[in-house]
Amino acid sequence: MRQAIPGVDSKPTTDLPVLKPYKISRSSSITDLQFSRWLISIPGWLWLSLLASVLLWPVVASAATEYTMGQAFEALYRWIPFIVTGGFLFNVLISFFAMLIGTAAGVVLGLMQISPSAFIRWPAMVITQTFRNSPWLVLLFIVLLALPFEVEIAGKIIRIPDWMKAVFGLCLPIMANIAEVVRGAVNSVPSGQWEAAESLAYTRQQTLWQVILPQCFKRMIPPWMNWYAILTMATPLCSLLGVEELITLSRQAIEAENNRPELLVPFYGFALLIFFAYCYPIARITIAMERRYAVKL
Amino acid sequence: MNNSWSADQPIVSIKDVHKSFGDLEVLKGVTFDVMKGEVICIIGPSGSGKSTLIRCINGLNDINSGSITVEGQEVHAPNLNKLELRKKVGMVFQQYNLFPHKTALQNVMMAPIKVLKQNKQDVEKRARALMEQVNLQGKEDSYPGELSGGQQQRVAIARSLAMNPDVMLFDEVTAALDPETVKEVLVAIKDLAQSGMTCILVTHEMGFAREIADHIYFTDRGVIVEHGPPATFFTEASDPRTREFLSQIL
Repeated sequence: MRQAIPGVDSKPTTDLPVLKPYKISRSSSITDLQFSRWLISIPGWLWLSLLASVLLWPVVASAATEYTMGQAFEALYRWIPFIVTGGFLFNVLISFFAMLIGTAAGVVLGLMQISPSAFIRWPAMVITQTFRNSPWLVLLFIVLLALPFEVEIAGKIIRIPDWMKAVFGLCLPIMANIAEVVRGAVNSVPSGQWEAAESLAYTRQQTLWQVILPQCFKRMIPPWMNWYAILTMATPLCSLLGVEELITLSRQAIEAENNRPELLVPFYGFALLIFFAYCYPIARITIAMERRYAVKL
Repeated sequence: MNNSWSADQPIVSIKDVHKSFGDLEVLKGVTFDVMKGEVICIIGPSGSGKSTLIRCINGLNDINSGSITVEGQEVHAPNLNKLELRKKVGMVFQQYNLFPHKTALQNVMMAPIKVLKQNKQDVEKRARALMEQVNLQGKEDSYPGELSGGQQQRVAIARSLAMNPDVMLFDEVTAALDPETVKEVLVAIKDLAQSGMTCILVTHEMGFAREIADHIYFTDRGVIVEHGPPATFFTEASDPRTREFLSQIL
């Protein structure tokens, strides 16, 4: 039998604290890459069979109607340049700007959350939690209806296009989630780093910018890219705001082809595939980077 | 405030320091002085407040009552210039705490350049000399992750020395090391002590304490139970708690 350890399995012999085993906190959201993991976990055959069903659906449909597979795909191929250049590139543009603004605002918000002053910390936490936990579509509608459709600057009337409102609406949840990524990354740096810098006469600001954040940067890239993929997937929401993106244009194209039901699967199946083709490499790189940086920590 | 201090007065003076974490009183009235050039070892059982005490000396922990002065400057004065204090007091930690994104040489050079705004060429020259002093020539461009524990700890010592401190604090610096690398760190500290640096060490290395200390303090349950020069401390300890502690580890 092993010897009894005072304070653990026998009466303590001192009133001083006993060091309990250290538990790694699981609360940090920094490595939460569920979306990217899910995306790359989808086996290739699933996408191939989806593609096959897109190809085969018009065959099945043509049995019932006179509209043939050839005609459905001819319609799709005719419209692809229009859908991609006019629509999908716009999705990419919206996601790009929303990410840019959301990241800049999110970094500021994340740093505010770790401020020593409660007057800065608390509002930042409230803003973060509010936008993190709101439905994106609701945020989009609020922004659409709350923002004026034109502003007057120095006597000049400037129209705010819908896509700009969409960018603003989408950057809000991104901002909140990036803020959380920044906060999680800063908190994941061991407190010894703060103490070492402090004992070397660094101010809090210097510690943050020269010691802590450079260590966070690498850790933040994978979750940041994960959020970019999620954001890109969310851009079709903008079609509800009347923004002329991929889904809006697909619908218009279907309407132009007399709203034939045979067209639904080829067109929306194509939309699905193009998003997959765009996000899958991002997810792959995200997971690869996460693996690479995880080793060095 | 600083002007009143001269070298014949204690460089570090600790008077009746009390410190609590919540309901737990860790330091219950600790008093001692350290003269310039002295090497002080603080020993005692785990949880006796040793580490807390030296962390209070450079203001990493604050105190509840009492006074700690470094070169006449009260460490816990509300208007303290922390930069001035920390230029005077260097500290080495149990877990080394090197900056993992910088090379060994950059670790040593960073604080003098960024904090003290010193000239980069001068700092680099000094940093290379310090790397040599701790026997790490050739490891300048290695990242902390590529170095052994003992090597990292010696870089940490060099990093502290780069700030030209007057007092060095060592907080159980060999406790996290493999037995075979302990010696190289102790050699570096010994060289430093013999060069006249004022050192305050918290340590479990009794043999080392006996060899280099000018004065040994034994703490238990937040108070200094016994102290004396090593020649008498280890052989003539009078307090039963000290004797019990020494009998367990010697």
